[in-house]
Amino acid sequence: MPRRTGFALTAVVFCASVVLGEVIVRALDVPAYILPPPSKVAAALWRGFASGLYQKHLLHTLLETLLGFVLGSLLGFSLGAAVALNRYVEYLLYPYIVMFQSVPKVALAPLIVVWFGLGLQSQVVNSALVACFPLLVNTIAGLKSADEDRIDLMRSLAASRGQIFWMLQLPTSMPFVMAGLEVSMIFALIGAIVAEFVGAQAGLGVLIQSMNFNMDVAGQFSVLLVLSVMGLLLNRCILLVRRWILFWDPSEKAQRLDRKRLAV
Amino acid sequence: MTWQATADPADPAGTTAPPAISVRGLSKDHRGHSGGVQALAQTSFDVAEGEFIAVVGPSGCGKTTLLKILAGVLPASSGAACLRGTPIDGPRRDIGVVFQSPVLLPWRSVLENVLLPIDVQRAGRDRHTQLALTLLELVGLREFAHRYPGELSGGMQQRVAIARALIHDPALLLMDEPFGALDAMTREQMNLELQRIWLERRKTVLFITHSIPEAVFLADRVLVMSPRPGCIVDVVAAGIPRPRSLEIMNQPQFCAAVGAIRARFHSKGALDA
Repeated sequence: MPRRTGFALTAVVFCASVVLGEVIVRALDVPAYILPPPSKVAAALWRGFASGLYQKHLLHTLLETLLGFVLGSLLGFSLGAAVALNRYVEYLLYPYIVMFQSVPKVALAPLIVVWFGLGLQSQVVNSALVACFPLLVNTIAGLKSADEDRIDLMRSLAASRGQIFWMLQLPTSMPFVMAGLEVSMIFALIGAIVAEFVGAQAGLGVLIQSMNFNMDVAGQFSVLLVLSVMGLLLNRCILLVRRWILFWDPSEKAQRLDRKRLAV
Repeated sequence: MTWQATADPADPAGTTAPPAISVRGLSKDHRGHSGGVQALAQTSFDVAEGEFIAVVGPSGCGKTTLLKILAGVLPASSGAACLRGTPIDGPRRDIGVVFQSPVLLPWRSVLENVLLPIDVQRAGRDRHTQLALTLLELVGLREFAHRYPGELSGGMQQRVAIARALIHDPALLLMDEPFGALDAMTREQMNLELQRIWLERRKTVLFITHSIPEAVFLADRVLVMSPRPGCIVDVVAAGIPRPRSLEIMNQPQFCAAVGAIRARFHSKGALDA
């Protein structure tokens, strides 16, 4: 099956399910404040974007998420590298990292709002905290995954510790790091939305809450749709970077083959 | 000239030049959870400049331990090893190592893999690119220079590893069962290739293997090791003129040398262990 037919099939299935949803909701006479029909969600979506309301909140959430992701990733990677490369740092920090890891980070959101206020800062901090852990854990695992033979090779060439890090350990850790970044990106979005729920002046989370107070269920669905598309696109960006960095990784190649096979 | 077994392992066969490698009373104890294990016991031998030496022995006799000590990545417990008169007490830049597996870095192209020692030693990639291409020519992989290791077969990867071990023009080439993972046909092909490369470059080679015919085919002298704790119990020189073709494996001279080494193992009851 050629690629175009695959896309066509996906589109047909999508349209069919939307129509089916519409028919079922109307036939069973489900009240709109429980489950709105797709047409009402589409209308809410149109209204939101036409008035410029959604764009404003979307940009706010996107900014929080990206800033949170970058800060969280930097923090996660550098802490992870420090723990993986230095035994003393590992002894000192690792117990606290494990302890902190078992805390549901979203439970910290109220505290962070108290500390950082209702502005952008508190959402970025919360987003960064939630995003940092998946990368931290993967960085530690990745940097420790270089196999004995390769380390022996580097040592037999009289490589310094720095050279072993840059030329061997860092590239070896990349599959782990990229997988961590994929999770971190989605976690950054979750962290941002949770912080908005707790207290913020703008963002899609704020929008969802105000719609909830007004019993605007169709509106909530439309914002959820926007959020899921945003999450999907952010994830795609990471996948593109991953494919570019990990061109040599067999699992990356296998995934590409799978995708090709699916598309065919 | 027929094969000869010399009783004194420290005597290089028929050479008067100063040794490239000299090993004296080398021992290694591995300390494990359940006490120590002696991997290498009082090993002594000399290798002449430009000589091809093979080391055979049963599994776990300390062949790889010996190689790692010579490569400078493992400290000896006692005794000393010298390369061209200077003691080996850590990794050094005049040794090339070919490991059991090719150990190529998958994110580097074939050419970049060959240049790895140059990058580590900061010797200037530009000045060595031509040499790297010449070496790839030597191992028959010139047209694969810009491919990645994942696209190469096992035998090709191991040939890249050989080119990499030669790029910094080392005084000594250490090879640890480099063809052990290859199928029998490819392995014979690689033996011929290695002989050709050695005839062209004349490096001092220490080649570890568990295949007796391979050792006799390639080497000037074969050092025979005992089971753990390993030490050298015999030295066999086949004395077959080079270049050797695969047909010499049927000659009485070759068979006699192989037979002598095999008998040595059987008398110890080690080959079946």
